[in-house]
Amino acid sequence: MVTLKINGEERSVDVDGDTPLLWVLRDELKLTGTKFGCGLAQCGACTVHVDGTPTRSCQTFVGDIQDAEITTIEGMNNPAMAALHKAWVEMDVPQCGYCQSGQLMSAAALLSETPTPSDDDIDAAMDGNLCRCATYVRIRAAIHRASELMNS
Amino acid sequence: MFKHLMQRLDTRIAPSRRGFLKFSLGAGAGLVVGVHLPAPASAAAGGDSTWFNPFVSIAPDSTVTVFIKHLDMGQGVYTGLTSLVAEELNAAHDQMRAEFAPADASLYNNLTWGTVQGTGGSSSIANAYEQYRRAGAFTRDMLLGATGKEWKVPVAELTIADGVISHSSGKSATFGEMAELANKQPVPDHSVLKSKTDFKFIGKSFPRLDTEAKSTGKAVYTQDLHLDGMLTAVIAHPPKFGASVASFDDSEAMKVRGVDSVVQVPQGVAVIASSTWAAIKGREALSVTWDESKAETRGSDEIIAGFKAALDGKGTMLREDAGIDDALSGAATVVEREYTFPFLAHAAMEPMNAIVQISDGGATLWTGSQIQTVDQGTVAAIAGVDPANVRVETVFAGGSFGRRALPNAQHNAEAAAIAKAHGKGVPIKLVYTREDDMRGGYYRPVAVHRVRAGLDAGGNIVGWDHKIATQSILKGSPFEGMLQGGPDFTMFEGAFPPVYAIPAARFELFEEKTGIPVLWWRSVGSTHTAYVMETMIDELAKAAGQDPVAFRLALLKDHPRHRGVLELAAEKAGWSNPPAEGRFRGVAVHESFNSFVAEVAEVSLQDGRIKVEKVTCAVDCGVAVNPDIVAAQMEGGIGFGLGAAMREKLNVVGGEVEDGNFDTYTPLRITDMPQVEVHIVASEEAPTGVGEPGVPPIAPAVANAYAAASGKRITSLPFADHDIV
Ligand code: FES
Ligand code: FES
Repeated sequence: MVTLKINGEERSVDVDGDTPLLWVLRDELKLTGTKFGCGLAQCGACTVHVDGTPTRSCQTFVGDIQDAEITTIEGMNNPAMAALHKAWVEMDVPQCGYCQSGQLMSAAALLSETPTPSDDDIDAAMDGNLCRCATYVRIRAAIHRASELMNS
Repeated sequence: MFKHLMQRLDTRIAPSRRGFLKFSLGAGAGLVVGVHLPAPASAAAGGDSTWFNPFVSIAPDSTVTVFIKHLDMGQGVYTGLTSLVAEELNAAHDQMRAEFAPADASLYNNLTWGTVQGTGGSSSIANAYEQYRRAGAFTRDMLLGATGKEWKVPVAELTIADGVISHSSGKSATFGEMAELANKQPVPDHSVLKSKTDFKFIGKSFPRLDTEAKSTGKAVYTQDLHLDGMLTAVIAHPPKFGASVASFDDSEAMKVRGVDSVVQVPQGVAVIASSTWAAIKGREALSVTWDESKAETRGSDEIIAGFKAALDGKGTMLREDAGIDDALSGAATVVEREYTFPFLAHAAMEPMNAIVQISDGGATLWTGSQIQTVDQGTVAAIAGVDPANVRVETVFAGGSFGRRALPNAQHNAEAAAIAKAHGKGVPIKLVYTREDDMRGGYYRPVAVHRVRAGLDAGGNIVGWDHKIATQSILKGSPFEGMLQGGPDFTMFEGAFPPVYAIPAARFELFEEKTGIPVLWWRSVGSTHTAYVMETMIDELAKAAGQDPVAFRLALLKDHPRHRGVLELAAEKAGWSNPPAEGRFRGVAVHESFNSFVAEVAEVSLQDGRIKVEKVTCAVDCGVAVNPDIVAAQMEGGIGFGLGAAMREKLNVVGGEVEDGNFDTYTPLRITDMPQVEVHIVASEEAPTGVGEPGVPPIAPAVANAYAAASGKRITSLPFADHDIV
């Protein structure tokens, strides 16, 4: 039995400690906004926040994070995410959409740290998030737009 | 009666190879149709909604639901088809909803594919443009007819704007109020489609209907479905294509917590468990012995070498002009190049998956189904049930790029076989890991081209001798019939017939066989043919001492739409002025799927490595139904094609795929993404697709820019093999 703090709630799940957080979120807790893309910390589709830090849940094992605050896309309601969400909709960023939860989680972490990022800041923060539909032009533009919305 | 009525909704199509829509339209907007359709029995009409036809229903709260016969894998057809109905209905954007239609080829076939329901070849908007507009126009006229009757006023005095029906007296009604009455209306004889000057959405703006769900993690993909009683399976495929199971030992796998059972299916051995992780762990503990006696054992290197050797022999002539050898021997300059292209994986972000439940004499398939008719028929055959009793629930697909358009329904068939072997009637979700997906086959085939082209002393092309060796996608597949005994066009489309005026030519095709399964990969043959044609032409322009744009334009006299995009891209890129210090430009133009795209790439070199700074793109896709989605598809196509050109290469060694994940198979990342500017040619031609045509020009445009910068021509992809990215 493992107890986790997810989106502000304590959740107990009957899994081994070496189970990746990703599969606990998706299969046990049905928090399916966090996606499976590679399982190898290569694509970023599974990005969640662990104590505020963007983290690849596919390579994070539940036994190691029992004291941490875990936030998934379902539980993100800070100003950065609100601004990003608005900008994403305004610019119709997603195509297939599969990578977008991970993109948004990484972008939210960036804006929380760096409210007015440069293109280089964006590229550095977002380089771990693959988008096979290559929505990158709009991701960049929408992060700038979100920064504007957030700072206004 | 349904069939007959469907034909009247249908714009009438001669199924043709690539399926162009051959509209039998009256002139302009005066098109008339009369249709009256009951609701499709197979679709679950929600609650109190009124069905007007298989494409449109209206709920009491006035929301209009449009049933989408195609798969949305990111290309935006979910929104595009809905906007067509909204246009003719004069509806408001916010009352429009979309839902994927069930599998039923009698209602929802791709009009360019005969009796098959499916999505591909960038054909969705092209085939459905008139059909969905008619569905909307018909519904509109039913609403107006009912309102006129109810208010006892002539229909001519009624208008609809923003989803509200009004009369000059000031009376107004919503769609929801009139829907039920409208459906009792006699069939209207005519439904006039709007004239383009009245368009409110088409060619203007209609924001995507799926952005909200896809920006909150709420959009549902196959991977996200958790059905009652569902078990999850992963499958051990043979490491070499063509191998099969000799024996297996599941004793350790069965000890893994959560594992339910292990079953053998024709495609391998599946571990079925209570969760994905348990299934993965179970498979790790499984031991399988493979019979590799029939397996492909060659690797990429041997396959490429074999294709090259084949070019020294005799192929199938696609064109051979009598004067070709003399033309080349008499040429003042001859440029000769051999090109090689590797296997490529689609690597959609959502690895392949499917859920199948076989119970009560029928079956249900939940998946991002790209060819519903094939998926339905395949599951039916495996389950041993009638195809009519196989329900297909199409859900959003996390990308495809061709991967899901499988003639043998691969992962759907496997899910069905596993469900059948399990035999308990519960839903079984088959999950591919990234490695399963990448090693599971169905790649862009290896291709080798050898071209000799000659110029006379005046810089005119006098001869072109072109050999292509590659693997057929269609031969031996259930779709082979499309070829009617002819050569497989996916092997040479985009090169032959050549678009450039060439006085003497030879095009020779070498169909090579391998045991590696191949498939269409976003833009299919054009993934390699455009590279060859557009880098070769560029090199010839250089040899002729001419500007690459002017050289092309002179050879494209009979191709106004190629010229149109080329001129527009060149103008917008500032082609006539030299680029900034340290910047270099390259251009390419290509037609695929009846759409025309030109791209100008501006690059810089940093320590000899290419950085693509900016791409200026011009596209002519006929009427651009949704200009913002057209732009998005160009941006995405450019990124997808650029990633492949830069670094993608799927390595096969000794018959086994080496690359399994994004650590070694490395698609484009945000740091590689150039600025992209998209310009759309204003056009009145019938709309054509945009999912694929943005891809082909980018690799040659960048290669040509690199040649401008370095003087070096890259003739094998990816660029990474040459240490220049
Ligand atoms: S699934 Fe975790 S990084 Fe790809
Ligand atoms: S939107 Fe499809 S992978 Fe990013």
